[in-house]
Amino acid sequence: MAVTIKDVEYVAKLARLEFNEQQMQKFTQDLNGILGYVEKLSEVDTEGVEISIHPFPMFNALREDIVRPSLDREEALLNAPEKEDNLFKVPKVIE
Amino acid sequence: MKYEAIIGLEVHVELATKTKMYCSCTTEFGGDTNNHCCPVCLGLPGSLPVLNKEAVNYAIKAGLALNCTINKETYMARKNYFYPDCPKNYQITQDETPLCTDGYIEVAGEDGEKKIRIHRIHIEEDTGKGFHRVDGSYYDFNRAGVPLIEIVSSPDMRTPQEAKEYLEKLKAILQYVGVSDCKMEEGSLRCDANVSIRPEGSEEFGVKVEIKNMNSFRAVEKAIEYEIKRQIKAVENGEDIVQETRRWDESRLETVSMRSKEHAHDYRYFPDADIISLSVDDEWINRVKESLPELPEQKKTRYVKELGLPEYDAMILTMSKSLAAFFEACVAEGGNPKEVSNWMMGELLRTLNDKMLEIDDVKFRPADLVKLIELINKGTISGTIAKKVFKEMFETGNNPEKIVEEKGMVQVSDEGAIIEIINKVLDENPQSVIDFKNGKTKAMAL
Repeated sequence: MAVTIKDVEYVAKLARLEFNEQQMQKFTQDLNGILGYVEKLSEVDTEGVEISIHPFPMFNALREDIVRPSLDREEALLNAPEKEDNLFKVPKVIE
Repeated sequence: MKYEAIIGLEVHVELATKTKMYCSCTTEFGGDTNNHCCPVCLGLPGSLPVLNKEAVNYAIKAGLALNCTINKETYMARKNYFYPDCPKNYQITQDETPLCTDGYIEVAGEDGEKKIRIHRIHIEEDTGKGFHRVDGSYYDFNRAGVPLIEIVSSPDMRTPQEAKEYLEKLKAILQYVGVSDCKMEEGSLRCDANVSIRPEGSEEFGVKVEIKNMNSFRAVEKAIEYEIKRQIKAVENGEDIVQETRRWDESRLETVSMRSKEHAHDYRYFPDADIISLSVDDEWINRVKESLPELPEQKKTRYVKELGLPEYDAMILTMSKSLAAFFEACVAEGGNPKEVSNWMMGELLRTLNDKMLEIDDVKFRPADLVKLIELINKGTISGTIAKKVFKEMFETGNNPEKIVEEKGMVQVSDEGAIIEIINKVLDENPQSVIDFKNGKTKAMAL
């Protein structure tokens, strides 16, 4: 199941990233190397083994429903490249 | 050819928790923009989400009330997509392991009671709110991270009416158990519909179209009705139905294509390692089960069996939690259930409908309605007068005794007193009496 340059293009598009031809070639190579290495895992017989989400069998780290202070609005908006009327401003998007 | 519609609904409901799903910001509605935000719900790097226990409780409650199986071990998943209403660029939701599965709601279908299956209920978070202006899009993230459950029905509905009934029942149940206020106008209940058609008798499903942007139950009904007609017309003209998302346009009363699935989203779901898996044991489920109040169906049965109401009355009165509460308060005040029901189903519901109001807007108290009925039963006022008194009660919230007294509406049933009044009137109008005796019936107008 080798990675092709098409796969790299697709993943790059999903991540909204742009690369030149040379970079694409390199990523294709690198990803194939990484996946080839991980492929070794498929040698293990996992018949009847549940998928594991976390390294430890831990459950229910839950929080009580108690309100705590939020950030000050100025602070919340501090990292926004653009803001107006106490709103985050982004390039126009309509799907 | 006769066609049959296949309808499935996806309903998002905001849970009535005090805080968001993965952080301790308040879920309060309204107020200033971006003042209920923190590093977690803004998706700032390094912040860690922690699941709200009460939200899980509410979701289990909803699941039990909707006859679902509660799944013992579930985990949260990331749904990846880029859209500015989602600050993390992924939504934390559930994918392969929804908390609740395989439930149902019973609706009064055309050929008697019908079970609409619920495929799954999972927990997730709401997004921020966008405002689109000419020069850009603007976002308020107060709503981002507010706990939601998504309730996905099986494609079991066949008519727009059934879909509306399913929604009404769903809303009533969720309000009863108190997991959400289900206010469509505030966005705490939202509904998308999947609609396809097939020739009657066929087993295969047609291509389904998703409809969004319906802002009331009535709109859902109308949008589905329109969509079915549109699809039938297209098929009869030999056109193919395209799998797409369409938006309901309330002003044009039609569905409009939004986007086709050619650039379908690839959400790349995977388990969210930031959140420890959820394990719900029998003890937890039983604890929630014990906290469930009487559900509409149970109430209905009780009204019929214990209070002697007709099936229809019981069904109407249990349609909303507030309506049932008002009825029960009247009965607790000593009102006769059938008499109270008659007044509620008659004057009260009619007036509320006319004025587009809800039972919560009623100004008078349940005790006042009981008092009004008592005044009729004692003969103090007639049924006709009572309707006038009711109108006054509805408008002012005053108690009926006060209204009757102030307006002098007391019905006189003492015969002697009535004859005395008649004699007085006749004495004061001798000419009319003569006219009448001479055959001029006009005097009767007196």
